[in-house]
Amino acid sequence: MTPSTTLSWQVTLGNVLRRTAVLLFLIALGLYFSSESEQFLTERNLTNIAQQNAHVIIVTIGMTLTMLVGGIDLSVGSVAALGGAVSAGLIVREGLPIEAAVILTLAMGFGIGLTNGALVVFGKLPPFVATLSMMGVARGLTLLYTNGKPISGMGEAYTRWGRDRLSVPVVGDVPLPVIVALAVVLLALLLLTRTRFGLHIYAVGGHQETSRLAGVPVSRVQLLTYGISGMLAALAGMLLAARLYSAQPQMGVGLELDAIASSVLGGVSLFGGVGNVPGAVIGGLLIGVLGNGMNLLRVASYQQQMIQGIVLVVAVTVDMYTKRLERR
Amino acid sequence: MRLCGCVGACTAFFMYKSRMDQTPLLQMQGISKSFPGVQALKDIDLTVYPGEILALVGENGAGKSTLMKILNGVYSADEGAITWQGQPVAIHSPHDAQALGISMIHQELALIPYLDAGKNIYLGREPQGAIPGTVHWRKLYQQAQADLAELDLKLNVRTPVRFFSIAQQQMIEVAKALSIDARLIVMDEPTSSLTDREVDTLFSRMRSLRERGVSIVFISHRLEEVRAICDRVTVLRDGILVGTHPVAEVTTEDIIRMMVGREVGQMYERRNRAATDGVVLEVRNLSRGDRVRDVSFALRRGEILGVAGLVGAGRTELAETIFGAHPATGGEILLEGEPVHIRRPQQAIRSGIGFVPEDRKRQGLFLGMSVAANVVMAILRRLTRPVLIRWPRVEAITRESIQRLDIRTPSQAQRVRNLSGGNQQKVVIAKWLTLDPRVLILDEPTRGIDVGAKAEIYRLMHQLAERGVGIIMISSELPEVLGVSDRILVMHEGRLAGEFDARTATQNDLMNAATGTTLNKGMNPA
Repeated sequence: MTPSTTLSWQVTLGNVLRRTAVLLFLIALGLYFSSESEQFLTERNLTNIAQQNAHVIIVTIGMTLTMLVGGIDLSVGSVAALGGAVSAGLIVREGLPIEAAVILTLAMGFGIGLTNGALVVFGKLPPFVATLSMMGVARGLTLLYTNGKPISGMGEAYTRWGRDRLSVPVVGDVPLPVIVALAVVLLALLLLTRTRFGLHIYAVGGHQETSRLAGVPVSRVQLLTYGISGMLAALAGMLLAARLYSAQPQMGVGLELDAIASSVLGGVSLFGGVGNVPGAVIGGLLIGVLGNGMNLLRVASYQQQMIQGIVLVVAVTVDMYTKRLERR
Repeated sequence: MRLCGCVGACTAFFMYKSRMDQTPLLQMQGISKSFPGVQALKDIDLTVYPGEILALVGENGAGKSTLMKILNGVYSADEGAITWQGQPVAIHSPHDAQALGISMIHQELALIPYLDAGKNIYLGREPQGAIPGTVHWRKLYQQAQADLAELDLKLNVRTPVRFFSIAQQQMIEVAKALSIDARLIVMDEPTSSLTDREVDTLFSRMRSLRERGVSIVFISHRLEEVRAICDRVTVLRDGILVGTHPVAEVTTEDIIRMMVGREVGQMYERRNRAATDGVVLEVRNLSRGDRVRDVSFALRRGEILGVAGLVGAGRTELAETIFGAHPATGGEILLEGEPVHIRRPQQAIRSGIGFVPEDRKRQGLFLGMSVAANVVMAILRRLTRPVLIRWPRVEAITRESIQRLDIRTPSQAQRVRNLSGGNQQKVVIAKWLTLDPRVLILDEPTRGIDVGAKAEIYRLMHQLAERGVGIIMISSELPEVLGVSDRILVMHEGRLAGEFDARTATQNDLMNAATGTTLNKGMNPA
């Protein structure tokens, strides 16, 4: 209360630890894998990791936004599958040009997200329930639309977005899906740190009533956030379909759990208002690296799931304890 | 064209200036509002003139906050009209209120803990950056820094507000309200957790605002503050307007009398009972952070000890600490002379301490469960031997409780949610009575309960005391504290600020001690 105690948020060991705990964990994991396997730290493998996880990162960004606003989006995996199927169907069955198919698919994802948002905002449903229902509905629509069979033959203009590389100066060849994911990450970063809408996402997730009293358009913020999450899920689904050369009706099953795990690992609070994009990206990479490293070490897939679960618990526990060190 | 407009506006302004003393800025007329079961406000008139500071005072629950929430568009009035600068207006949301030029400092802190001070101050009013939709962060932080500097606050605007003390957060809230270029600022207990120095700063800012023609409605329990800064005072009591007077024409005692002036009497029947000497509970130098500071007292067997004080004085925290809901950071607790170590509620319960919490719906009851389940909840362990619940025993115990406390319920299976407030409270008390407690702590036991049920709860407390239970009753209603207790402790800012014999104490005594007007009397063994 005296002026001397009213200084600032200081840089302390605790604060630094807190902010970089998951990053340190990722680096440690990388060091371990590279010591155990010669193949881990090769350009080819690292590119693979990035390429195989681009869609997870994209979905994670959407998940992070909905979690920041105080909700969750369980429908992303199903919406991704629907997005892949619809875009493929529009090209293969309807003969639409790829650009039109992509735009329509993104619009559809956005619409599904808005519906989620409307169920939460106007229907007053808990986000968990609203998006869980949408998860079922979107998966069902996908199966209906595809008759349960993969759709393929989208053509080179579509599938190249799954694996083709773009030569970037200095860095070298970068897979297209990775470039798309980077663009999404960058846009989300700008959204959250530079725009009024981004600030309002934090505010609404931090305290809805206070935000309302301050004149923040709470309903609109929530609606748009779910809309963006749905659109990003559809985008991720298209990249996935491109990489697999076909839209599989069962793809993206469990994707929402990967996205939630990534966000939580990255320090996004399940209760809203806390978290950021770099953290979520690191969380997503951690999950990707873990899977890749375990494959290289030939860990059986049953054990992999177990280890992933344990890592999640350990990382989040460490994160919570370092958070307690945080002082001003 | 433009010139004409300007001249017109100027003329209007001067005309307005000259009428300043007659045309009120705000008139609320005949405002009534009821919530289910409670008439919160009845036919209230409130007038605020330009450039004045109007005090709005009344006991807890008198309707001050409700009235201001109506003004701010959080609630809508059932009846009545609001006139703003002579024009009738309808205020449907806080946004409408802001648009008129009304800004509000809420009693509960309205800051978002994870956002920094600058963002909190300008939330919803962010300065626009170069591209539409973006925020001009540099400008935002510069302005916020200037807003804080006006209040002599040297806080980092980029620090998340949760790292600040409650007092600092309150000052940030003040800065937020002042930064809105308002014609009327409502301050609901802005000083409740400020230090004297911060209060002085706030007051000097309030005076300079008044000189600029801004009006302020100042809600405070601290009557000396009302005397120091306000021009007129409006007193509410039980949702009714008692009167409005220039502060210079009334004494502090007058104001207190208007605030509490209801008839005390028949409601409370004084007990004639020999005080027993045995001390059942003793608390020595009990502390919990800065919420409870160095509190010592003894509770005798069969005694009803009232605890008075303002909201936030640390009364509930004291009770929670004794009950182990929040462990003490210092001091000790003795039960019948034996030191007991209470870190968790279970330990308190096992030692024979019961606690009827303030918020019975959230802390005291399982609303969706039956009366029977609620009554036996504390002794479930005893009723589940060896493994399964012995329902016949549950029924017998519940039947006995229902009879003894006269709980009005159609059946034992009735969900507690469907009972009236008074009967819900009886269920909470019944739960503790199954344990045969030595000490029963009741926090605001009659809040939101109708008059008839209140009298029953008092009678019940007397019966328990008669049987030797030591009772601690926390209450914000002074007549209740005076009428029911044998002895009264008054808390102020976490400390004991006075001890009174209920037979001789007056409401003024209690109010003075609770507002920190008088120096600490007696108490505090060295």
